[in-house]
Amino acid sequence: MSRQKLVIIGAGMAAGRFLENLLEARPDAYEVTLFNAEPRGTYNRIMLSPVLSGEKSYQEIVTHDDDWYATNKVTCRFGERVASIDRDRKVVVGEKGEVAYDRLVIATGSSPFIIPLPGHDLPGVLAYRDADDTDRMIEGCKPGERAIVIGGGLLGLEAAAGLRMRGMEVTVLHLPTTLMERQLDPSAGYLLEKELSGRGLDIRAGSNTKEIYGNGKVEGVRLDDGSDIPASMVVMAVGIRPSVAVAKEAGLEVNRGIIVDGMMRTSDPSIYSVGECVEFEGNCYGLVAPLFDQARILAQSFCGDDCAAFVHTETATKLKVTGVDLFSAGDFAEGEGREEIVFRDAQRGVYKRLVLQDDRLIGAVLYGETADGAWFFQKIKEGDPISPDERETLIFGQSFAGGTPMDPMEAVAALPDDAEICGCNGVSKGSVVNAIRQRDLKDVNGVRSCTKASSSCGTCTGLVEQLLAMTLGDAFEANAVEPLCGCTDLGHSDVRRLIVAQELRSIPAVMQELGWKTSCGCAKCRPALNYYLIATWPGDYKDDSQSRFINERVHANIQKDGTYSVVPRAWGGVTNASELRAIADVVDKYEIPLVKYTGGQRIDLLGVKKDDLPGVWAELNAAGMVSGHAYAKGLRTVKTCVGTDWCRFGTQDSTGLGIKLEKLMWGSWSPAKVKLAVSGCPRNCAEATCKDIGVICVDSGYELHYAGAAGMHIQGTQVFAKVATEEEAIEYSAALLQAYREQGFYLERIYKWSARIGHDKVVAQIVDNPENRKALYERFLYSQKFSQSDPWAERATGGVAQHEFKVLEPAE
Amino acid sequence: MNSIAKIAEWTDICAVDDVPLRGARRVRLAGMEVGVFRNASGRVFAIDNQCPHKQGPLSEGIVHDTSVTCPLHSLVIDLETGKARGEDEGCVKTFEVALQSGRVLIKMEA
Repeated sequence: MSRQKLVIIGAGMAAGRFLENLLEARPDAYEVTLFNAEPRGTYNRIMLSPVLSGEKSYQEIVTHDDDWYATNKVTCRFGERVASIDRDRKVVVGEKGEVAYDRLVIATGSSPFIIPLPGHDLPGVLAYRDADDTDRMIEGCKPGERAIVIGGGLLGLEAAAGLRMRGMEVTVLHLPTTLMERQLDPSAGYLLEKELSGRGLDIRAGSNTKEIYGNGKVEGVRLDDGSDIPASMVVMAVGIRPSVAVAKEAGLEVNRGIIVDGMMRTSDPSIYSVGECVEFEGNCYGLVAPLFDQARILAQSFCGDDCAAFVHTETATKLKVTGVDLFSAGDFAEGEGREEIVFRDAQRGVYKRLVLQDDRLIGAVLYGETADGAWFFQKIKEGDPISPDERETLIFGQSFAGGTPMDPMEAVAALPDDAEICGCNGVSKGSVVNAIRQRDLKDVNGVRSCTKASSSCGTCTGLVEQLLAMTLGDAFEANAVEPLCGCTDLGHSDVRRLIVAQELRSIPAVMQELGWKTSCGCAKCRPALNYYLIATWPGDYKDDSQSRFINERVHANIQKDGTYSVVPRAWGGVTNASELRAIADVVDKYEIPLVKYTGGQRIDLLGVKKDDLPGVWAELNAAGMVSGHAYAKGLRTVKTCVGTDWCRFGTQDSTGLGIKLEKLMWGSWSPAKVKLAVSGCPRNCAEATCKDIGVICVDSGYELHYAGAAGMHIQGTQVFAKVATEEEAIEYSAALLQAYREQGFYLERIYKWSARIGHDKVVAQIVDNPENRKALYERFLYSQKFSQSDPWAERATGGVAQHEFKVLEPAE
Repeated sequence: MNSIAKIAEWTDICAVDDVPLRGARRVRLAGMEVGVFRNASGRVFAIDNQCPHKQGPLSEGIVHDTSVTCPLHSLVIDLETGKARGEDEGCVKTFEVALQSGRVLIKMEA
C-alpha cells in the first residue's frame, strides 16, 4: 500500500506536537513534508523570554533538531514560504516548487500585530514573536540606552524584563490603565506594576503612542499628551492575530481564524488546521495548553483512533518573568450575582482574589504567592459547589482545606488523579505517577521525556519532584543529590537554579526562600552563596565580605602562623626594574622574611603581618602594581613563554596574548581558582596543557585547551577549539570561563565541571553555537565592569575595611 | 579563704559598632590575644583568639550562629562555651562580656 502524502504548513509548537504524536503512533503511515517560513524546525516558543534575558540559550529550547527530522524521515522545507494551495489539484505551491498532498494540515500560527503608527516601519522597530525577533532584539541591545516596549501584556512584559536584564533602560507603554488587563484585575495589576517599577522598569499605563520618530532609524516615541521619549529600540507587543492569508486565498472558510470543527477539520475535508491560526466556536487560542490538545486530537484522528472532540476549556496564565509570582485563571470580572473573597498582605506583597458564582469558584487571581494556583484551577474546572465551611478557609488554599495545614508532600498526595500537574502539556497527576511506576522512572528528566510534564515552561518541576518522592519513597531519596551543606537539603545545582528562577538577590533571601535550617548558614554555604549571587547578579548584588573566607576578605593568603603572603600581579609573568626595585624596598621597610618565585611566574612576599598589609599594598600600588588575586577563587595567573618576540620557535605573540587575557579576566570571581597559560609553540614551555584554560599557539592559529589539573589530581587538558585569530582565542576563552562561572559548583575546578556536564556539552555551548558563545562573552564583559577595581588600593588608601587591619586599643 | 582575693575587673574594649556584625576584632589583654566576636543577632563574645588545634587566629574565621570556623583547618568553636563542636576536641578560654552605653566591656581576672 503506498503511503499517504501528508503536508504540513508551519512548524510551530502545535505542528511539532502533532507530528510527534502522529509519528510515535504510526511511524510509517504518512510521507511527510513540513514547510516552515522560519529557517528552522520546532522550538519551545514559550521559552524565548529566558533566551532574551540570557538565562537560556536558543539551543536549550530546540525541541526537534535536524536529527529528529532525519530519523523520522520528514522532508523539511524550512525557510520556504508557501505561496498558495491548489485545492483542485491537491497541491501546495511553495516558493521552490509544488508538493502534492492527500491530507494537508495548516499550522501557520499567528503573526504579531503591528500598529500602523507613523514610523512603524523604521529600522529598530521590532516585533516580539519568534527566534529571529529575539535575535534582532539581542543584537539591538545597547546596555545603558533605552528601549520602549509598546504593550503591557504577557509578551510585552516578558520582553521588557528580558531587555532590562540585558542592561537596557526600558519604558513600557500600555494603553489600558492596568497591566495585563486581560489576565489581571486592577489590584494585582497595581502590585505587578509596583514590582516591575522597583526593578527599574519605567511603566506608563494609560499611555497612548502617537508616533515613532527618527531619521533613518528609531530615535524615540511621542505620546499623544505631547511627551517625548528618546529610545534606540521600539518593540511592539500589542497582540497577535491568526495567520490566515494562505487559507483565505485558498477559499477555506475563515473568520478571525481558520474555522475548524472539534476534529480540527476545515471546510475542505482533506484540509485540517491546528494552533493559533484556528478559530473554534468563536474562540482563538494563544496559550499552549489548548493547542497541544488540538495537536493530540488531530494526531489521534489521523491514526484512526477514536477520540473525544476538542472542547473549549478555561486556561490559566502564569507570567514568565523571573521572580514575579503571578497566576490567574477563569473569569474574574465583577458582575451581578458574583461574590469575591479577597486576601491582602501588603507587607509581603501578596494579593489573592477568588470569584464565586452560584457557590462555585469561577475565577482566581493570585499575586506574590501562587503555590495554590493549580488547586484553585482544579476547583474552577471541576465546578463543584463550595460548601459554607469550605468557603471559610478557601482563600488560604489547599493547606487549610480540611482544617490542618499540610506539608507539600501531603498536599500533592491529596490531589486527585486527574489533577493537572503540567498546564502547558496537560499532564495529570495520574499520568505522571503511572509513568513513574510502569516505566521505572527515577528522576525529573525521565518524567520529562516520557510524559512531557515540566518540559515546557518548567514551573511544575517542584510538583513533579514531589510526585517522584511520593511514588518512589526511599528509592528517590537514594537518588537525591548531595546537599550543599548541613544547613540545607538542596544540592548546588538546585540552589543555583533557584537563585535565578526565584530571583533571589541576597544571602538572607536565599536562606529564607529555600528554607535554610540554620539562621545564619555556616562556613561552607555562606561563601558558596556569596559567589552564586555575585556571579548571577553582577553589578546588583553587594558582596558580603563577612561570608568570604579570610583570604578573600583581606585579599592576602593566611599562613600557618597567622601572617599573610602578598603576590602582586605580573601581567603575563612580565616585570621590570622599577617594579622589582619597589618590591625590594617594601621587603626592606617591612622586614618581610621570605621572597619567593611562585610556579605562576610571580613574586610572593611571605610573612607579612596583617596590620602591615595596607602599608605594603600602598607602596606596591605606588609602583603601579595591583593585587595578583593569588588568594582568590577567581583568575589567578596567566603564565606565558616569550613567543615570537624572542623565541626562534615561536609561532605567535604568546606573551602579548597572555597579557591580553589577563587584562580581560583579572578580578573575575569563579567557583574555584582559575589558572591560565599561553605557549608560543607546541614545545609548550608555559605548560599550558595542565591549566584550567591553556592556549598553544601554532602556525595556523591557536589551539584552545581546558580542564587540565596539576595538583592533587594530575590531568592533561582537552582541546575544545582551534581558531585562527587572537580575537577568537580571547572570545572563546572568555566564553568558556563565563559558562563555568554560570554552571560550576562552588569549589569545583573546571576539569570537574567539564567531567560532570560532559566535554561534548561544553563544546556545544562554546564552539557549535556562535550565538551562545557571543552571549556568554557579552555577559562576561558585563560582569567584569563591576569586578575590575584593585582591592588593595581600596583598602590601602580607599578606606575599605579598615577595622580588619587594626588591633583594638582598650580605653584607659 | 585565700590570702590574695581575685578581683574581677571590667575593661572597656571598644564601641559595639567597632566589631562588624558576623565579624570579629582582635585585642591584646593581659598578655594574650583575645578575639571579640559579634554574631548576626548582635550578641558579643570574647574568647582566647588561638585555636586549640594549631593556634589559628579565630578572629579571622567565618562567624555563624554562635560559633566561628577557624580559618586554618575549619574547627568550629562555640563562642558561648569555647568548646570545639562536632567530633573535634579542644577548648579555648571564654571571657564574660557586658554591653554598656554602646561599649563592649570584658571581665578580666586581675
